[in-house]
Amino acid sequence: MLAFAGVAVLFFALPLLGLLWRAPWSKAWTYLSDHDSLTALRLSLQTSLWATALSIVFGVPLAWMLARSTFPGRSALRALCTLSMVLPPVVGGVALLFALGRRGVVGQWLYRWFDYQLPYTTAAVVVAQTFVAMPFLVITVEAALRQLDRAPEDAARTLGASRWYTFRRVTLPAISPALAAGAVLSWARALGEFGATITFAGSYPGTTQTMPIAVYLARETNPEQSIILALLMIVISFAVLVSLRDRWFGAADRVGVSS
Amino acid sequence: MSLHAAVRRQLGPLHLDVEFTVRPGELLALLGPNGAGKTTVLRALAGLEPLDQGRIEIDGVVVDEPAADVFVSPEQRGVGVVFQHYALFPNLTVLENVAFGLRARGIPAADARRRATAWIDRVGLGDHALHKPGALSGGQAQRTALARALATDPRLLLLDEPLAALDAGTRATVRRDLRHHLASFDGMRVMVTHDPVDAFALADHVAIIEAGRVVQTGTFAEITAHPRSRYVADLVGVNLVHGDVVGGVLTTATGALVVIADAADGPSFAVLRPHSLVLVRDRPLGTSARNTWTGTIADLDRIGDRVRVHIESELPLTAEITNEAFDALALRPGDTIHASAKATDIEVYPA
Repeated sequence: MLAFAGVAVLFFALPLLGLLWRAPWSKAWTYLSDHDSLTALRLSLQTSLWATALSIVFGVPLAWMLARSTFPGRSALRALCTLSMVLPPVVGGVALLFALGRRGVVGQWLYRWFDYQLPYTTAAVVVAQTFVAMPFLVITVEAALRQLDRAPEDAARTLGASRWYTFRRVTLPAISPALAAGAVLSWARALGEFGATITFAGSYPGTTQTMPIAVYLARETNPEQSIILALLMIVISFAVLVSLRDRWFGAADRVGVSS
Repeated sequence: MSLHAAVRRQLGPLHLDVEFTVRPGELLALLGPNGAGKTTVLRALAGLEPLDQGRIEIDGVVVDEPAADVFVSPEQRGVGVVFQHYALFPNLTVLENVAFGLRARGIPAADARRRATAWIDRVGLGDHALHKPGALSGGQAQRTALARALATDPRLLLLDEPLAALDAGTRATVRRDLRHHLASFDGMRVMVTHDPVDAFALADHVAIIEAGRVVQTGTFAEITAHPRSRYVADLVGVNLVHGDVVGGVLTTATGALVVIADAADGPSFAVLRPHSLVLVRDRPLGTSARNTWTGTIADLDRIGDRVRVHIESELPLTAEITNEAFDALALRPGDTIHASAKATDIEVYPA
């Protein structure tokens, strides 16, 4: 058992060690402070935070609907809304092009009426990231809503609170650990998004070339810079995972106390 | 100025059909076994579950009547509820919990705070105003829930098993406190409980609910004096027999006969008190007792210095004998036994 576990650990550690081994540490700061790197990093942070915000704004109501209402085809709807988790991201990007592209189902009208083209813009990056990231928030929040003790919500209603007031002051605080975990997961997914973004938004430096795309492209032209950018992404992802673990344990503790 | 409720609702296999009236200042206890539908009645009164049929009228205002397409949502009903496990808001302090209903109605924070503080002092939780519910004992949590429900001046107060969440050691004290605090609220109150001790201590009137129906209503003394259901008979600890009286003999649905003294003909209940039954090993020949039933001993329960003997016969009976009598008879489960009762020891009343 232990030997197999050791192999698994090595399997995950070796690529990281490989990067650390080959990293041009003396030139690390130069590459990091390089204009192109900073542009990609800033774009990645901006778009992924926008995608997280959109995931929360639309994902929480979606999770609420999936958890609280019963209607025929709810399972099918849930599958539809979480499909992009299992879909190859490139397929998602292609599908987005067919929907929102200049000749897409919706996109053609956007173009005709407003002379607006979504693909290959920064907004397209955000849309692609939201498309793949939101399901992570939806399933996390839906699970929390399903497990929630409904009695405090009932109590709030009998005390004269409207549905919205009840949601804001009773439901939302109760699911906040799950909401935070879901938001962090969505953000991490958006930050690492590659396939859907490059298909739907392309890779124009400054507008659509996010960190993962920059790492991939730099591999050809400047492998050393690619390694440094990759390590930066690893540091960010690692920090997210560690913080998420605490969130999860924190949520478990809270459940333990209240039950 | 009263509550009239006719609650009809299908709960899976259980058809709930419960009607009752609560007059101003009265506390009605809905008493019955678990799963009888009591909590659903309370939730229907609060507006948390809609009726299938029937009608709920509070102070002359109809709040639910499916036939007339009337349904007032819970936040509009002015009904306070103390939930079974109190359902306090875990992220808010005691003060914020009690002020919640006032804030939800748009009362300014300072005013809500002042009124909530008055309620908290009234239920003796002044020292805990800034604590979260997680730091409260069961009794304190219950008083917080009560203050929270009363702070909005409800027309009707509902209590769902208010003492069930407490351990046995604190129940008596909390029950006494609750009676004291409930006495200060002069509105209508409906309490659901499965514990007759709670109903006896707190309620003016009791409605016995069994399998979705009210089987008996009245004061606690009236109900226990003349049980009309197996549930109440078990509570009081007597044998209840239902049957038809013709010429001084009651015949049960299974054909068992009970000879009684002077009772009118017609459907009746007969009460056989366990301590008035005489147990004999051999069939008695010359006896003044008019009734003798023969059966086998199903089970024995030792209760203090008495033994309750459960007998399987055409008329299932429980007899209560002293330890000395039990030792003298050397009874064992499975033994054949004769139980006899004098006609004058059997209380009979119309069904």
